[in-house]
Amino acid sequence: MDATFIFSQAVSGLTIATLLFLVASGLTLIFGVGKVFNFAHGSFYMIGAYFGYQFSAVWGTNFFLSLILTGICVGLVGMLMEFLFLRRIYGRANEGGFQILMTYCFILIIDDLVKLIWGTEYKSLARPPGFQGAFQIGDTFIPTYNLLIIGIGFAAVILAWYILARTRPGRVARAASVDREIVGVLGVNVPLTMTLVFGLATAMGGMAGTLAAPLRTVTPGAGIEVIIDSLIVVVIGGMGNFWGAWLGAILIGEVTAFGVAFAPKWATLFSFMILVIVLIFKPEGLFTRRKVM
Amino acid sequence: MTPILQIQSLDKSFGGLHVTANVSFDVMPGEISAIIGPNGAGKTTLFNQITGHLRSDSGRILFNGQNILGHSPQRIVARGIGRAFQIASIFPDETVLDNVRIACLSKRGETRKYLRAVDAFTEATDDARAILESLGLSDQAERLAFELAHGDQKMLDIGIALALRPNLLLLDEPTAGMSPEERLHTKELILKLWKEFDLALVFIEHDMDMVFGIAQTVRVLQQGALLAEGTPEQIRANKEVITAYLGEEF
Amino acid sequence: MTNDTARRISATSLWTIIILIFALVPIVTTSAYKINVASHILVWGLFAVSFNMLWGITGMLSFGQALYYGLGAYSVGLMVDYLGSGWFLPAIALGLVMVIIVSFLLGLLVIRVGGVYFTMLTLAFAQLAWQITFKWYDFTGGDDGIQGIIPPGILENRIVYYYFVLVIVFVSIWILKRMAYSPFGLILRCVQQNPARVRFLGRRVRRNQLRVYMVSSFFAALAGSLMAGVDSSIHTDMLFWTTSGEAILMSVLGGLNQFFGPFIGAAIFILIEDNIGARTEYWPLIIGSIMLVMVILFPKGIVGEVLRLKAWFGKNGGGRQP
Repeated sequence: MDATFIFSQAVSGLTIATLLFLVASGLTLIFGVGKVFNFAHGSFYMIGAYFGYQFSAVWGTNFFLSLILTGICVGLVGMLMEFLFLRRIYGRANEGGFQILMTYCFILIIDDLVKLIWGTEYKSLARPPGFQGAFQIGDTFIPTYNLLIIGIGFAAVILAWYILARTRPGRVARAASVDREIVGVLGVNVPLTMTLVFGLATAMGGMAGTLAAPLRTVTPGAGIEVIIDSLIVVVIGGMGNFWGAWLGAILIGEVTAFGVAFAPKWATLFSFMILVIVLIFKPEGLFTRRKVM
Repeated sequence: MTPILQIQSLDKSFGGLHVTANVSFDVMPGEISAIIGPNGAGKTTLFNQITGHLRSDSGRILFNGQNILGHSPQRIVARGIGRAFQIASIFPDETVLDNVRIACLSKRGETRKYLRAVDAFTEATDDARAILESLGLSDQAERLAFELAHGDQKMLDIGIALALRPNLLLLDEPTAGMSPEERLHTKELILKLWKEFDLALVFIEHDMDMVFGIAQTVRVLQQGALLAEGTPEQIRANKEVITAYLGEEF
Repeated sequence: MTNDTARRISATSLWTIIILIFALVPIVTTSAYKINVASHILVWGLFAVSFNMLWGITGMLSFGQALYYGLGAYSVGLMVDYLGSGWFLPAIALGLVMVIIVSFLLGLLVIRVGGVYFTMLTLAFAQLAWQITFKWYDFTGGDDGIQGIIPPGILENRIVYYYFVLVIVFVSIWILKRMAYSPFGLILRCVQQNPARVRFLGRRVRRNQLRVYMVSSFFAALAGSLMAGVDSSIHTDMLFWTTSGEAILMSVLGGLNQFFGPFIGAAIFILIEDNIGARTEYWPLIIGSIMLVMVILFPKGIVGEVLRLKAWFGKNGGGRQP
């Protein structure tokens, strides 16, 4: 095992981590702000992959433009879903269970709609021009596309930090996560905030889907794998903890990357082992100090 | 006679704010007493400390001469401290009878019976019905708890606590949110229950008719500290209490 | 609720009718297919009822009961496959013992965190079990599953096996029903409605949650092991998250708040799936849409809504007045 091997696995881990973070941060944001667990969050990742495929591979739109268009479209779908359905069951007895049930129905519906529109065969998406090559370090190659994803991921983290810490909607979202009612009393439109947060979070998930499409195959049913990985990330980082999700994603991304290198068949077991250890020793999440973000 | 409850130099602060400041007092067996004080004086906090819902920073709490500080609510309730809450803490979707019956079953250690119908536990059922009778809720026994009127829900909460046969019962604002008639009724009922169940009873209350009507001892809390303690007459005459809390009309 | 005795009598007669219908199935039809559908309803009915002990009664939404369902099935499938058909019944027993141990240990882990965490962690661990089964091809047969699981002796006869399933399912449901109306069941309902008050009755919330988790898992495993003989085959799908999901959908479809709701839900679910699912590959889309409507408009489920209608029409018969 030499340094270049470690380096290339680390880059691969960061790539996985970035994609995971884009999904998991949305999940944790929705939960933090609205106490809604969006079980269908992985499905937004999946439709993101299909939208990206549609824009880029079918209609020939520029990859980066497709990425942005996907973000907008998936975000709109997310907002619509929150506005039309989830909003109806806020505050109902046994709310948590019914939210999960409802978002579970979304998974079933979205999965089948995707099959109905795009068929069941695998789709693939080419890497964007300029990012098809690879760097050579020693005798290993590091695809430039991975670096692009990592770069976009960092940009997203910085942007998210800026929105949450420096802008009024961000502060409202953070305040809403502490106390929904008080924010309402202060004259902030809480339902609207929730819809917007839902849109932002699903848009991030959708863009992650497009970004992942050239690396992984695009298939219906991809949502559930992603949601379970994100879930592990979110639990490790602490539910509702934005930065915890970032650190958790990096941890799980790296563990997965190195796990794949050493025991490809059983790589997923490693993240579960971490999950079990966290659950035993620090069930509130590794990175939770304060309750919010 | 040893006090049933001894509170000694109890302290609790949240981020520098003293919510319980060096509070000490004794409650005698069979005594009925009131705790009064302005909102935020730390009355409910004190109850939470006694029943183990809240950790105390320092001090001692003795029940029947034995330390209960640091024990879990489960262990404290098993020792014989019952409690009813400011907002009725009941099981809304169960019948009124079952609300009390589950407490009776729990007291008898019969909650781990897996295959016998609840109705088959005749002793617990009779016990529960007797308590409902004392509370005047017998004719509502088969209704679901959430259907009860507000005042009756608070009575039911007390009934659940009584079913555990406590030696000491803590009531947090038993008449809160009630109409004047309901208050009068509740006052009589509490006095009756106190005699019938042979309890030491401590209640937090803002209704001064009730406080000065039935309490043998009145304690005044202000900003977490015990401002005064004495018979209703002594408290009424206490200058400090009048300026701090009661106002001139008393 | 209503007059207690009256309610109990009507519930008893309902169960008698249900049992009679199922007992008559092999007599009125010789179609192996119909008997198979009836067996599916029985097994899924038990699975759904056992699941509802967790969610409907105790308020713990597990999305991972497929783990135990699959464990029951695979212990039968693997032992029959490796050791022979004579091991069918011992394998059921062994599977149940295993499930008691696994649900105890896993329960300790996932119950500490409660709420949404509980749901998602049960899901995650069930998916873990699915992945292991899926990838450990040499031992489990992976995606191929295991075929040719024939019950031993007279149980090999399809009709005998049907009655075997029928007896076990209804005895199990009877046990669960006794539990639901015992002091233990009452504590569980109280845990759902007001855990803080339960603690102040001197009862431990988590310990009772662990107990019901183990009970529910036990009967889920029993259902799974029966299913191995019904279809004579098992498949990794039995451990997949959609299997847990179906038990949830059945319970909600039938009604969470009635003990027999999930059983009725299972029957209706399977009958619709049998008729519509066979004609379209978009069955999930249809059931997803149906359930979405149910969640928004009829959260009490079919049985709950029927009871409400009954109470609406016949105030004197179904009112709640004492």
